[in-house]
Amino acid sequence: MGERAESTGGKNIATRDAYGEALLELGKKRNDVVVLDADLSGSTKTGAFAKAFPGRFYNMGISEQDLIGTAGGLSLTGKLPFASTFAVFETGRAWEQIRQTIAYSHLNVKLVATHSGITVAEDGASHQAIEDIALMRVLPNMTVIVPSDGIETKQVIAAIADYCGPVYVRLGRSKVPVVMPEDYKFSIGKAHTYHTGKDANIIAAGIMVDVALKAMGILKNEGVDAGVINMSTIKPLDNDAVLRAAKASGLIVTAEEHSIIGGLGGAVCEFLSENYPVPVKKIGIKDTFGCSGPSDELMKLYGLTADNIVKTIKEALKK
Amino acid sequence: MTQVRDIGRLKKQARTVRAEILKMLTEAGSGHTGGSLSAADIVTALYFCKMRHNPKDPAWKERDRFVLSKGHAAPLLYTALALSGYFDKSLLKTLRKIGSPLQGHPCSKLLPGVEISTGSLGQGLSIANGMAMGLKMDGLNSRVYCLLGDGETQEGQVWEAAMSASHYRLDNICAIIDNNGLQIDGHCCDVMALEPIVGKWAAFGWHVIDIDGHDMVAVINALDEAETVKKKPTAIVARTVKGKGVSFFEGKVKYHGITPTSDELEKALGELEDIDNG
Repeated sequence: MGERAESTGGKNIATRDAYGEALLELGKKRNDVVVLDADLSGSTKTGAFAKAFPGRFYNMGISEQDLIGTAGGLSLTGKLPFASTFAVFETGRAWEQIRQTIAYSHLNVKLVATHSGITVAEDGASHQAIEDIALMRVLPNMTVIVPSDGIETKQVIAAIADYCGPVYVRLGRSKVPVVMPEDYKFSIGKAHTYHTGKDANIIAAGIMVDVALKAMGILKNEGVDAGVINMSTIKPLDNDAVLRAAKASGLIVTAEEHSIIGGLGGAVCEFLSENYPVPVKKIGIKDTFGCSGPSDELMKLYGLTADNIVKTIKEALKK
Repeated sequence: MTQVRDIGRLKKQARTVRAEILKMLTEAGSGHTGGSLSAADIVTALYFCKMRHNPKDPAWKERDRFVLSKGHAAPLLYTALALSGYFDKSLLKTLRKIGSPLQGHPCSKLLPGVEISTGSLGQGLSIANGMAMGLKMDGLNSRVYCLLGDGETQEGQVWEAAMSASHYRLDNICAIIDNNGLQIDGHCCDVMALEPIVGKWAAFGWHVIDIDGHDMVAVINALDEAETVKKKPTAIVARTVKGKGVSFFEGKVKYHGITPTSDELEKALGELEDIDNG
């Protein structure tokens, strides 16, 4: 188990901020990188790229369907387009454009959406994407990645630039702790296992990796050996990592800031039910919409807490 | 490839295109007849006169691009590609069959020459805009042609794209609206009125050319004129007749998605040949 970079002075950083910085670095290295946004460049942090490379930035205005189609067209002339807006609009409003134009034709377009999940907070349910992983995961040819912190986000952006094909990257609005070890190296489809538990294993993604690590610590103090996996690539799922965890403990808990339907929990259950059936408990939004409020209170309201993971594991182990 | 500006030869080629469309649709037993025939003159003008393209090198960087936004006119595109030499004409017989690269709607992953998969209406112009932007960034003077159905412009995305092309002054793009006046459920004016079509495109900042889409001279002239327009995109509103070229299909709503019977095919081919012979 590697040391978390936080312990060596790593700062909390929002994944969207890391994206803005990564785009800028990528833009300096590669002339083919173009960025498109739909009137949210200040929020998605593509604005820095726009300022540095105005000739390679297109603001499409408030028109997500056109955003996706235009990005597709640019890719067909050999450009490497990154198309960004809020997750709920990118994957919802433009879902069919993503299906028909990007996924079906296997275009080299990177869909990087911010403001995913309930931690969009005060803006409320209309702006909280809790189904975006499901919407993207169901599409053939699509790769789906949910980075857990700023460090991983930067590595993800670099990795997907070198990969040819459609990718959806899910980023958040709020500052999040650094959870990845200093020596971490992201590669598409490869999960990071912090520890393999003998009693239970938590498979988490995004901001829930930090929450899962906290739960692991609490459980350890109570004599329960729980492990944590950061499943940052949700599609293709790291089946080997899931299988190892299931074999080691016989109890799997998934944790995501997303509906328990169709997301990480769904992906893990689909794999295990056919290959190594063990009990799976899903921590996530339980088939309901979000609401307005501060992030931390919403996390409590919807059970996205270390305490709820601990409680869930202890109850499951009693049975 | 060598392009012709001989109007007589282009008119004859358009009839050959129509004959091939009818043959492949009869063989397939399903597909879109009316909208393939209505745009046959336009697509003939593009593939056999105006467009710079190379069937031996479909990915040639400096080629002009064609986006069939009204993807259901796939038989028309397939015919233009086959007659241009992108693939063997015998492949046309496999339309809509298992394992064929000639899908019901065009798939760019399966068939060389198809620039992008289409079929879900309203999406092509955005893609064409993206291509036009990319070509400009690379300093290429290639042009992008996008064929839309008139009914298709009921999709909101078309107008998002119309706004974008104008905003980014994409003078290397030319949208052609196949204004045959009919859609699946009936006359466009009854289903969802489109007029004033010219006024709408003009209001979105486009240079608009209103023509008879079956007048080969007018089609070529309009495409020539579009090339001279600077700082704004051009829309050609082509007034057409659905099912054009076969008297008993013309203007019939029914033949949007119905294919000819073998008797109808024989009669239709006869009509086309009579023009050639006469």
